[in-house]
Amino acid sequence: MHIPDGYLGPYTYGGLWAVIVPIWIYASGKIKETLKASQIPLLALSAAFSFVIMMFNVPIPGGTTGHATGATLIAVLIGPWAAIIAVSIALIIQAFMFGDGGITAVGANCFNIAFAEVLVGYGIYRIISSSKFKVQSSKFKTRDSDAETQHSSLNTRHLIGAGIGAYIGINLAAFLTAFELGIQTVLHVGPDGRPLYSPFPLSVTIPAIMIEHVVLFGIVEAVITIFVLIYLRKSHPDLIGR
Amino acid sequence: MANSKFKIQNLKFRRLWIGIGILILLSPLGIILPEIFKSGGAWGEWGAGGIEKITGYIPEGLKKLSGLWKAPIPDYEFSGWKGLFKSSIAYIISGVIGVGLVVLVSILIGKFLARKNGNS
Repeated sequence: MHIPDGYLGPYTYGGLWAVIVPIWIYASGKIKETLKASQIPLLALSAAFSFVIMMFNVPIPGGTTGHATGATLIAVLIGPWAAIIAVSIALIIQAFMFGDGGITAVGANCFNIAFAEVLVGYGIYRIISSSKFKVQSSKFKTRDSDAETQHSSLNTRHLIGAGIGAYIGINLAAFLTAFELGIQTVLHVGPDGRPLYSPFPLSVTIPAIMIEHVVLFGIVEAVITIFVLIYLRKSHPDLIGR
Repeated sequence: MANSKFKIQNLKFRRLWIGIGILILLSPLGIILPEIFKSGGAWGEWGAGGIEKITGYIPEGLKKLSGLWKAPIPDYEFSGWKGLFKSSIAYIISGVIGVGLVVLVSILIGKFLARKNGNS
């Protein structure tokens, strides 16, 4: 999902740079209101997790590889605006230092993974774990052990919400990637009629990228999100007990 | 008061930082498993040469833009470090460097943004 340099023409990469910069400024303004110095390690931890989880390429036997992003998980932990910044930092270091994703495509990759995936994944998490469910779960909780209920407000609904959010979030990012790649054959054609940038039409990019994410990488993202949240609920209940 | 709070926070996160360290050490799985299952790279992340193999030509614009940036450690690999063992070591070192940079940038940005709120 990390679009390299050269796959997107100037309309697309320039346009998405122009979109992502105001998003970064807006997100920074949002977290400026709430970020405390004591929370900086959590921001760094989140960005580090996003970076390292993307190193775990998951193979499709005989096919391609893909990986989770941690985007929805991070949004659940530190809020969507801080998550946009954390995941963007990981993507920018990947591009500049390791050539994983292009420099011109930083705007596109951050838009897809750090913005769209974060906001949609988090939005779905919030909808599923909304107040209506909380009432039910708090009844449920009285039967649980006291220690657990006191320390954590993260119940099964939250876990399911985060998992579904993570699954849909990464698939949205995959779709945006496929769409941006696929429209290049329409946007930029050379005088000889050959594409100037990504040469594959939407009819190729969408199935190629979507099938693998729907079938495998989306599930990997959801499982990692749920397992890390279950672990943190035990080890660091105050982190997610908000 | 504020200072002690900050220290407590750091201690709480110590286990999580150790977790990041363990993930870095395990990260070569991300190149070993694809090797075992004979999987290629991610779809649509080929270099100009890879595109040529598929389509028979390199699109003009792609040729120009793809050489725009020379990353210091392309693909988390060190040139000349061949074989799965050496590339696994290079992958781990890349992970350490990458996480280090990500943490540094996060702290700088975090400090800049949290400046006005202080520690309380």
